[in-house]
Amino acid sequence: MATKVHMEALSPTMEEGQLVKWLKSEGDDVSNGEIIAEIETDKATMELVARGDGLLRKILLGEGGTAPVGAVIAVIAGADEDIGEFVSGDGAAAAGAAATAEPETKKAAEESPPEPESSTPPTAEEAAPVSPPDEAPATEEGDRIKASPLARRLAEEEGVELRDVAGSGPGGRIIKRDVERAAREGVPAAAPAAAAFQLSEADYEDVPLTQMRKTIAKRLVESIGPVPHFFLTVDVDMSRAVAARQRINAMLERDGIKVSFNDIVLKATAMALKKHPDCNAHWRGDHVRRFNRVHLGVAVAIDDGLITPVVRDAHLKGLSQISPEVRELAGRARDKKLKPDEYMGSTFSVSNLGMFGIEEFTGVINPPEAGILAVGAVEERPVVIDGRIEARPMMKITMSCDHRVIDGAQGSRFLQTLQAILEEPLAALV
Amino acid sequence: MATITYREALNQALAEEMERDDSVFLMGEEVAEYDGAYKVSKGLLDQFGDRRVVDSPISELGFAGLGVGAAMVGLRPVIEFMTFNFSFLALDQVINSAAKMYYMSDGQVHLPMVFRGPTGAALQLSAQHSQACQTWYLHAPGVKLVTPATPADAKGLLKAAIRDEDPVAVMEGELLYNLKGEVPDPEDGDFVIPLGLAEVKREGGDVSIITSGAMVHMALMAAGNLEKDGIDAEVLDLRSLRPLDVDAILATVQKTNRVVVLEEGWPYAGVGAQIAATIQEEAFDDLDAPVLRVTQADVPMPYAKNLEQMAKPSADRVVQACKKVLYTD
Repeated sequence: MATKVHMEALSPTMEEGQLVKWLKSEGDDVSNGEIIAEIETDKATMELVARGDGLLRKILLGEGGTAPVGAVIAVIAGADEDIGEFVSGDGAAAAGAAATAEPETKKAAEESPPEPESSTPPTAEEAAPVSPPDEAPATEEGDRIKASPLARRLAEEEGVELRDVAGSGPGGRIIKRDVERAAREGVPAAAPAAAAFQLSEADYEDVPLTQMRKTIAKRLVESIGPVPHFFLTVDVDMSRAVAARQRINAMLERDGIKVSFNDIVLKATAMALKKHPDCNAHWRGDHVRRFNRVHLGVAVAIDDGLITPVVRDAHLKGLSQISPEVRELAGRARDKKLKPDEYMGSTFSVSNLGMFGIEEFTGVINPPEAGILAVGAVEERPVVIDGRIEARPMMKITMSCDHRVIDGAQGSRFLQTLQAILEEPLAALV
Repeated sequence: MATITYREALNQALAEEMERDDSVFLMGEEVAEYDGAYKVSKGLLDQFGDRRVVDSPISELGFAGLGVGAAMVGLRPVIEFMTFNFSFLALDQVINSAAKMYYMSDGQVHLPMVFRGPTGAALQLSAQHSQACQTWYLHAPGVKLVTPATPADAKGLLKAAIRDEDPVAVMEGELLYNLKGEVPDPEDGDFVIPLGLAEVKREGGDVSIITSGAMVHMALMAAGNLEKDGIDAEVLDLRSLRPLDVDAILATVQKTNRVVVLEEGWPYAGVGAQIAATIQEEAFDDLDAPVLRVTQADVPMPYAKNLEQMAKPSADRVVQACKKVLYTD
């Protein structure tokens, strides 16, 4: 029995994937579960495994080609099995989407027999709203998951996360058989759910919305868009932090660890969030979820965008842990090797543009988080101390707050705590 | 059970109802002396006389109006159109008089009458005489419509139509008149099929083909072809297009989650559009694929035989549509 190799949804938000490398050639033996290709998703380069046994009979998407989730990109079958129907049927559609990579198969698709009514207005059958994949560019649809109404209902009944299901219908539409397969076999191994990391109920507190909170949420969204941001800025005197960093780095030198200002900001932020769970929270539509654990998203610039790997339980970690962990995550982020559970589930985020000499900026909140910290450069600036002007290493921190979750006073109290920790690092011991 | 033709089944229904109720009479072009253009009224003139089997002039608007007047004063006319293509001349009587009189008289005047004759394309009768006329009769509230596919349905539905207190159009199939099928014997009791009841003509679990009239046979042929590919199609014969058996439609959607509607007419504002709308309104969460329609092409019927074949729905196109909603094409 021939097995179609689909472009699978290898990240929760993936709409299409680029074929980086085939690890098998046409004619090679492949077995179920064996890695056959590397696929670049919107987030990382992931491995695609075979879903059946046989020979890799036909490759329909060349290296460098792109195909929407659900498209057939290869066929696995027995040595003398007839695979004509895959190659000319779905295969042609898939190849159409991968036109840039495979011009010759695109030509084949165009040569498919014309419909008899092609010179007349379309019949209902032809005009029916089933578009071939190449007419439904998934990328224009944003994050919407395409699933048949029945598939949505079944997924809810079976407790299957649609995000984790690879759709095999037109344009990657998730249909009944995909949900049934996911329910039966579990989610495909190559499309990891957030399984590696899961919250338990002890990790957070759900706070019901008061009427006032609902009104604030509604009014503010009407005012400035889906996430009503406001901004709080504080100027932090980093004199003691600078001194502390020198001593810490001298101490950690033998371990090969070099702590950055950003590491110190992360550590201090995690400590402050632990004290202010009202800022360590998610907006969840009908309630606010406040977390007891701090999972800190750290914005990392990569070649063609940015990604936010997560330092888990940052409030429990010392600088000697946070510093190498961030470095390692950032390195893999730049190589696009992060796994989905390494960039999902943060409770709060930090973005730092200090290394570019940016004095001050505002970050855009990553929903459903309620806040993000924008950290500027540490630089000597004149400040007034006891009536005298002194040069001090100063750093501006701006917090963007989701006003549906955090009010001005709450955000300010959090920033006060953060400022106090950064200005007196000994606070970490208290 | 006797095996008789569709034509004979209609003839039996007329004779039995005229026997049962002497207010029933038949009127139309060539229905008396010539036994009807399709011989449906064979022998009725001899049996019931020329007061009850009446040859009309070639004047559809006139004799349809006579029927409306007769029904208003208590008779039960059966108005035969040689084909429903000719009944466009009579549509003012159908839509403005027959369909509305009950409403406009505040329920005081019922019009217990039947319009009957063949609908749809036969073979090479060209653009003006090959039309499926269902939609014209369905659009205005006030006229019921049945489209029997088998001899048994033809007899049972025509008898129910004659007994109904409101105008009913019975649309037959020109190519069905010679079709043979089992029909309960008159001695076994009155055989009447209530209006508004669909029937599953073939049980299946993979995909539903919803259709009516002559198209039922095309649907069954498509289902047979699909079976060779291991696809188990259900064929639901609506039988009545108004009132519509919504429960039966929802039941088959819930069973198979995929629907192809097959109709002999044009797609635009057609029967299939109405059914597809009903399904998405009432069974949205049971759908695993969009409802597809197989219809006549949206063009006047060509005369040339090869073009006519392409314009008409076909079992092949039904098979293709079924595979599409099954995501196996």
